[in-house]
Amino acid sequence: MDKHVIEAYERGWMLFSLAMILIFLVFIGYTLSGYAFYVPDAARRIDPTTVRTGGFPKPHVEEVAPGKYQAYVIGQAFAWLPGEMHFKVGDEVTFFVTSPDVQHGFYIHGTNINVQVIPGEVAKVKTTFKRPGEYLVICNEYCGIGHQNMIGKIVVEE
Amino acid sequence: MATLTRKDAYADFPVKKVSLYFVVLGLISLSIGTLFGPFQALNYANLNLYPWLQKLLPFIKSYYQGLTLHGVLNAIVFTQLFAQGALLYLQSKEMKMLPLMGVAWAAWWLDLVGLVLAAIPLLTNDATVLYTFYPPLKGHPLFYIGAALIIVSSLVSVFLSVELWYRWKKQNPGKPTPLVSYMSVATWMMWGVAAIGLVVEAVVLLIPWSLGLLKGVDPLLSRTLFWWTGHPIVYFWLLPAYVVWYGLLPQRAGGKLISDPLARLVFLAFLIFSSPVGFHHQFADPGIDPFWKLVHTVLTMMVAVPSLITAFSIAASLEIGARARGGRGVLGWITKLPWDDPIVLASTLGAIAFIAGGAGGIVNASFTLDYVVHNTTWIPGHFHLPVATAVTLTHFGLAAVLIPHLTGKPLVSPGLFRAGIVLWFTGMMTMAIGMHTMGLLGVPRRAWISNIAPNLEGIYGHTALWMVLNGIAGTILLIAATLILYVLFATLLQKKRLSPEELPELEFAEAISGPEGRRSVKVMDRLFFWWAMALVIVLIVYMPTLIRIWSTFVSAPGYRLW
Repeated sequence: MDKHVIEAYERGWMLFSLAMILIFLVFIGYTLSGYAFYVPDAARRIDPTTVRTGGFPKPHVEEVAPGKYQAYVIGQAFAWLPGEMHFKVGDEVTFFVTSPDVQHGFYIHGTNINVQVIPGEVAKVKTTFKRPGEYLVICNEYCGIGHQNMIGKIVVEE
Repeated sequence: MATLTRKDAYADFPVKKVSLYFVVLGLISLSIGTLFGPFQALNYANLNLYPWLQKLLPFIKSYYQGLTLHGVLNAIVFTQLFAQGALLYLQSKEMKMLPLMGVAWAAWWLDLVGLVLAAIPLLTNDATVLYTFYPPLKGHPLFYIGAALIIVSSLVSVFLSVELWYRWKKQNPGKPTPLVSYMSVATWMMWGVAAIGLVVEAVVLLIPWSLGLLKGVDPLLSRTLFWWTGHPIVYFWLLPAYVVWYGLLPQRAGGKLISDPLARLVFLAFLIFSSPVGFHHQFADPGIDPFWKLVHTVLTMMVAVPSLITAFSIAASLEIGARARGGRGVLGWITKLPWDDPIVLASTLGAIAFIAGGAGGIVNASFTLDYVVHNTTWIPGHFHLPVATAVTLTHFGLAAVLIPHLTGKPLVSPGLFRAGIVLWFTGMMTMAIGMHTMGLLGVPRRAWISNIAPNLEGIYGHTALWMVLNGIAGTILLIAATLILYVLFATLLQKKRLSPEELPELEFAEAISGPEGRRSVKVMDRLFFWWAMALVIVLIVYMPTLIRIWSTFVSAPGYRLW
């Protein structure tokens, strides 16, 4: 094949590659600006040895305004506390999640809520449940011999 | 090993022997690590064979221990040893100069001692922390010390490659670095910048902590240092395969590399852009500013460009080779490739898998898309394409040529070897389909789901169809690994030797567009300058975050929970 033909194809391919990457980046920027409420924030840093002794609220859900909830969640080997939470369709829930021992993964099955739970960090992430049903809360970071059993539940009612 | 050590066999070029030792130690690690692979695949087919394995190997206590061995030995040890052996040999051969042989052997011994030290707690279930070893999970100190020695050995290899290149430059003033050597030096320089994170994590945090000298470590700080190295380590695994694809494959396919300067540009891009990308493994982490996550996203996307260029170059080089052999038609030329050549067969299948792997990688690197797949089986499904297929197959193909070339022993049963390669490719692609899909359906990675508590049984029932694929893939891969490793070890251990004229030669590819007289090649050849630039960029994108985390150091005590 002629060298110049190859070089022309080559330039075309490089342009295509760069354009494709740029388009992906534009999409990422667009979703970040409008939709990506599920990107976790850090609420604060915390001494993990104090999580169970008053440094972090006892695991619970509280209604802070009508239809607005705050959930304080502890992930520990090998369970979520609270193990079961109840909400109604349309409720806006802000989760505060931390760990007193090792890393865990706070993943609400079937949603984009997928947060690394790191000792020393209180993660904050907000979501609105739009569909009724039972959602599993699956630990998706290896935390020890019982990791596969670290499953909680969120029930969303009509 | 007795048959390997006949003293005079390597006298003409002693780097052959040390390179062979690196490659063989890598293959031994891989043999042990790969043994656990099918058990992992079958776990994701909901078949728990660990109780049975335990009867055979009583020291294996859990899926997680097997997974740790699989990850550490395959992903960290095998890949590094292969890079150390193959790149050292190819660069020395091309430069027609010896590296500092005493230093090269020191690197090999460091690897061996590190490997043995780390293997002890791994085998006794005292370091079941997986190959990411995230604190506060706390393994035995020997694991961290052994792993650190292996990293130190890799840094010795950085020195070896750069020193050899520097000596060659002194003796050949004004000449451009030959291509394969350029790629080798750029790879090692890239690794020199990439490894800093892991070295700091191991030396400042993990080793003192595991020995009880530090009360606690900061888990986020450790994670961030880990991923400083943890993503570019992927390019450290990948680039030796690229060296084969650019430097050897076109010639084996009967053609030429399309462009020498373009190959240099690709490796230069990797040198500069490989490291400042680690936050795309930490999108789900609280405590890292979204602004910096976005910066790493942009840089990660940039690293996709040299891989896209590579896809073009390799495909074009193969087509040129096939057409030179009489190939015709838009795709008909593919049948004219010399498929019986181990490097052509293994590299090409590996490169095909890499197309799918690269596409998946772009998904993972997309800031707002990553939450769909983070820590699901999508991730191991993804990295088994670039690492366990593209890199590993290329290394197998190279080993099938390199071992006969270095030892003078003919490849035993080439037909079985080729069958093994095709089966490996088939098994990995099947598994990738299963694991990617299960990930999208929400199944977590690294979970012993086949041993789930009775009250939870069936929670992943909606993925049953895809689990079947994992079961089939695990079985195919067990057969493939057996065939490939049998051929390679049988080749090594046989007594038969080829006569000097039958000895397989290893030739470097010629390029259609060469480096001569190009200004760009001269600029790209200033590798010390580009090395410094790579370091500056990685410091810019990491220091604000690292300093902020360090200044509020959280001391987390360690746990052993396995």
